[in-house]
Amino acid sequence: MATITLDGIAHAYDGSPHGADLQDMRRYALKPINHVWQNGRAYALLGPSGCGKTTLLNIISGLVIPSDGRLLFDEQDVTRLPTERRNIAQVFQFPVIYDTMTVAENLAFPLRNRGVEKQAIARRVDEIAGLLDLRPVLNRRARGLTADAKQKISLGRGLVRADVSAVLFDEPLTVIDPALKWELRSKLKAVHQALDMLMIYVTHDQVEAMTFADQVVVMNDGRVLQIGTPADLFERPAHSFVGYFIGSPGMNFLPATIAGRTAHVGDVRFDLSASYPQTPNSAAVQLGFRPDYATVLDRSAGTGIPVTLRRIEDLGRRRLARVALGAYELVATLPPEVELSGDTALLQVAPGHLHVYVDDHRIEGQSVEGQPLEGQPA
Amino acid sequence: MNDRPINNRAWLFVLPVLVFVLFSSLLPMMTVVNYSFQDTMGQNNFFWNGIAWFQNLLDPSTDIGGRFGNALLRNLIFSLVVLFIEVPLGIAVAICIPRHGWKVGATLVMIALPLLIPWNVVGTIWQIFARADIGLLGAALTRMGIHYNDTQDPTSAWATIVVMDVWHWTGMVALLAYAGLKSIPDAFYQAARIDGAGRWSVFRNIELPKLQKVLVIAVLLRFMESFMIYTEPATVTGGGPGEATSFLSLDLVKIALGQVDLGNAAALSLVYNLITLSICWVFFTVMTQLDQRKDL
Repeated sequence: MATITLDGIAHAYDGSPHGADLQDMRRYALKPINHVWQNGRAYALLGPSGCGKTTLLNIISGLVIPSDGRLLFDEQDVTRLPTERRNIAQVFQFPVIYDTMTVAENLAFPLRNRGVEKQAIARRVDEIAGLLDLRPVLNRRARGLTADAKQKISLGRGLVRADVSAVLFDEPLTVIDPALKWELRSKLKAVHQALDMLMIYVTHDQVEAMTFADQVVVMNDGRVLQIGTPADLFERPAHSFVGYFIGSPGMNFLPATIAGRTAHVGDVRFDLSASYPQTPNSAAVQLGFRPDYATVLDRSAGTGIPVTLRRIEDLGRRRLARVALGAYELVATLPPEVELSGDTALLQVAPGHLHVYVDDHRIEGQSVEGQPLEGQPA
Repeated sequence: MNDRPINNRAWLFVLPVLVFVLFSSLLPMMTVVNYSFQDTMGQNNFFWNGIAWFQNLLDPSTDIGGRFGNALLRNLIFSLVVLFIEVPLGIAVAICIPRHGWKVGATLVMIALPLLIPWNVVGTIWQIFARADIGLLGAALTRMGIHYNDTQDPTSAWATIVVMDVWHWTGMVALLAYAGLKSIPDAFYQAARIDGAGRWSVFRNIELPKLQKVLVIAVLLRFMESFMIYTEPATVTGGGPGEATSFLSLDLVKIALGQVDLGNAAALSLVYNLITLSICWVFFTVMTQLDQRKDL
């Protein structure tokens, strides 16, 4: 077990020479990253396909050698160390099993290769098989099993070594039946609590990331955009992409001009809970808020910003209203008790849940006396 | 039971194939069957001879039976030797073939070259190559003081034919195995590195099991071809020295065309055919059955 440090790790697949000009960022599949993965915690690497998350994972496991930066396991520099000497476990997207071996032999394989004593192997294999419900099939040959069971074997082989620095998961639930996904996800969470290992889990599914991890790392286009708890990502997205990618549906964004505690979107005024400094004219300023914190009310309600109702989506558990504010489309929550008449309505947004983005990055306002700073529920 | 429409006119589509098969194999085959049950005193007069030819052939105490038994043994030994060399060697070659870049094409073409040479040309090449007086191989071995003469010494003759077959056909096993290796996803190799498996373990636990299907095909093709080998030994050794390299096919040609002993030749070719068929069938059935037994 170890703490893993990424010290300016970056990678270009066309093989940039070490210490090459970092200015030319477009060539980099992974832009420079500095981050420390703490021992014993569960992280998720979340981002759309092709964002560089698997590259980052393969750099940690040593399947890819980064073109720049240093990788430290505790104090040891392992940047150029081959995979087999790194003491790391990795589970891949598709099940990898050794066809000719039984399930038990599959689970024992990483231990046997490292010369672990027989009885210790048997004990550990039994423990892992218990955690993953593989005990009934331990003596079956692995290749005859279902895809789910095969992936459980892959997971088991990842978890079977107790002394690994980290266990890496590369979208391990892709091939799993949706009904079983829930079960395996919570199983993994339980395994993490039982085994106390550093686990890094790559996924493009936000629900998977949020349920598995203590800390979620959101990536896009080779860059880490935010690292935070699931609540952080939801309440205070640091980058407009995080706002858009996390949450369903994603955040609303409106181009705005900010003057102190007021945001102007065209002729419409939004009150902010904090005061913002003057932004440079060249910068693109946006006002962002989540559909979950915006409500649409009937125009008889009195206060609110007038909007045009486009359509209502009934999701069963809640209703969403798609509305237009001038030329901009927005999504907001339609409370269950509200009945709308006509096609104009009023939009109310809690001031604490309005965020200001300058060139896609969220900026913090100065707190106004007697007011909660930001994002806190009243 | 079956709601699919039945249209007997569909047989018309099968007809051309049936006619083709009839003329290309069934009718010639039936002539052979015909000869195998008849005898002649000449003048093209045939009479019924029952199963006497077959009885003769399968009785080792008769002249033809003894020849048949010896040739069959030689065939089996040759096929086994060739399989035991070519299959492992082919796999080894396939593992060494590069997986990326321009070298792939270059290597594959080089390996495939012997496969593109007509069989009698292969025989001629080796016949000259092996000559003890002027052949590159034969003369070089003789100069090195090794006793080698493929026209006089049975061991030399066998070695020449085996090496020739290995040279000719290992490439095919290598190409098949290469195709099988290419289809193994990278994740298996990556997982093996992470699991700490050594090179031998990767071969034993990943590559060999994944190659099983192509190897069944390789072994079948190589067995059939080597068991029916004719052209190359006919050109290189002509079955000699003595009877040392007289395989079934060579003997058959001698009996049928040299001695014009049609009854014996017909019986021999039918039995020969049946042996090839049944060995292939048993091998194929056993291998596919093993593959389907998932609980093992």
